[in-house]
Amino acid sequence: MNWLYQDELAGPGVAGERIAIAGRILDADGQGIPDAVLELWQANAQGKYAHPEDQQEKSAHPGFQGFGRVPTTEDGSFRFTTIKPGAVLGPDGKLQAPHIVVSVFMRGLLRRLVTRIYFPDEPANAADFALNLVEPGRRGTLVAKRTTEHVGNLEWNVVIQGPDETVFFDC
Amino acid sequence: MANFAGYRRPYPGSQPNHLHPPYVSSMKRSPSKPLIYLPHTLSEITGPVFDASKIDVEACDLTRQHKGEPLGERITVSGRVLDENGRAVPHTLIEIWQANAAGRYLHKVDQHNAPLDPNFTGCGRALTDGEGRYRFTTIRPGEYPWRNHYNAWRPAHIHFSVFGPAFATRLVTQMYFPGDPLLAYDPIFNCTADEKARNRLISIFDWETTEPDEWLGYKFDIVLSGRLSTPWEK
Repeated sequence: MNWLYQDELAGPGVAGERIAIAGRILDADGQGIPDAVLELWQANAQGKYAHPEDQQEKSAHPGFQGFGRVPTTEDGSFRFTTIKPGAVLGPDGKLQAPHIVVSVFMRGLLRRLVTRIYFPDEPANAADFALNLVEPGRRGTLVAKRTTEHVGNLEWNVVIQGPDETVFFDC
Repeated sequence: MANFAGYRRPYPGSQPNHLHPPYVSSMKRSPSKPLIYLPHTLSEITGPVFDASKIDVEACDLTRQHKGEPLGERITVSGRVLDENGRAVPHTLIEIWQANAAGRYLHKVDQHNAPLDPNFTGCGRALTDGEGRYRFTTIRPGEYPWRNHYNAWRPAHIHFSVFGPAFATRLVTQMYFPGDPLLAYDPIFNCTADEKARNRLISIFDWETTEPDEWLGYKFDIVLSGRLSTPWEK
């Protein structure tokens, strides 16, 4: 699968707010999972997916696919850079809060896990339809955190099992 | 505006549960809380589109990726990618990976006491054609031991990864060979509760695609989630 590894989702010419998302994937014992792969799918800064079924009247960005595939390292860490996606259409004609959809793969996982990454300090999160499917106490697992060093540096972890378990969706 | 026409969810028992205790690694790598049902939105009914420019022609022939020919029994694996409604899934990316004829992966964590083959990497990729057809040429992978339980051996298998038309249709699975006596003992093959669904993981020996003096042909069709109804229009 490594021919498709892509941890820089946005090339130099792609418009949008540059972000880097880093974190770890942890098992039930809190141990990093060294053999996991994340796949990422996101819209461009306008909130438009590079896919024929996205009929929103927004401009596509040539050269921005919006797909990433990122393996974890020995201690279960991963990192990728991209641009912050814009808001895309959700149910009932309402916009969803900006988000990246994520598939998680690893040895021992018989079906992929599906989750989402949302962004901190984002007013649209409060009304987002998918976040509102989740009990309030667990929503935070879907929202990346700002790290102190740089405004575009975000932390987001995947906890497979346990009290701080990440929310996974039946997709 | 109407909502999005999503993809059908799998029938009960036709896909594995995340927790399957006989597969020991699933114990600490499966969620303990129920999944939250997510109606499909634009984010799930779209997905990455791959074009032929990224796929070398030799990527679908795993026997021609090196100077020499790999050891082992040459085979082809071909079939179609379809949805549950029987419609072809055209121009979609399939990736495969597998052990060599001796049952050894070219991967640093595979320390199985079997030889590597300098002429075999074990990775392939292809796009389906306009009718959803694909074909790989490879060698039959060997069985290999693993540490799941006492005297555990994986049946011969090829890993398949398929994208389909949308994020919602992403599938990673394994293909097995007919008549393999190890299937009955394998916790990964047996993780799918429904016997008919499980048996769809076994390829079929195919005389039609078997080539005299060249290779044995195996057929393996892959069925992805079907569309619930016609896509919405503005």
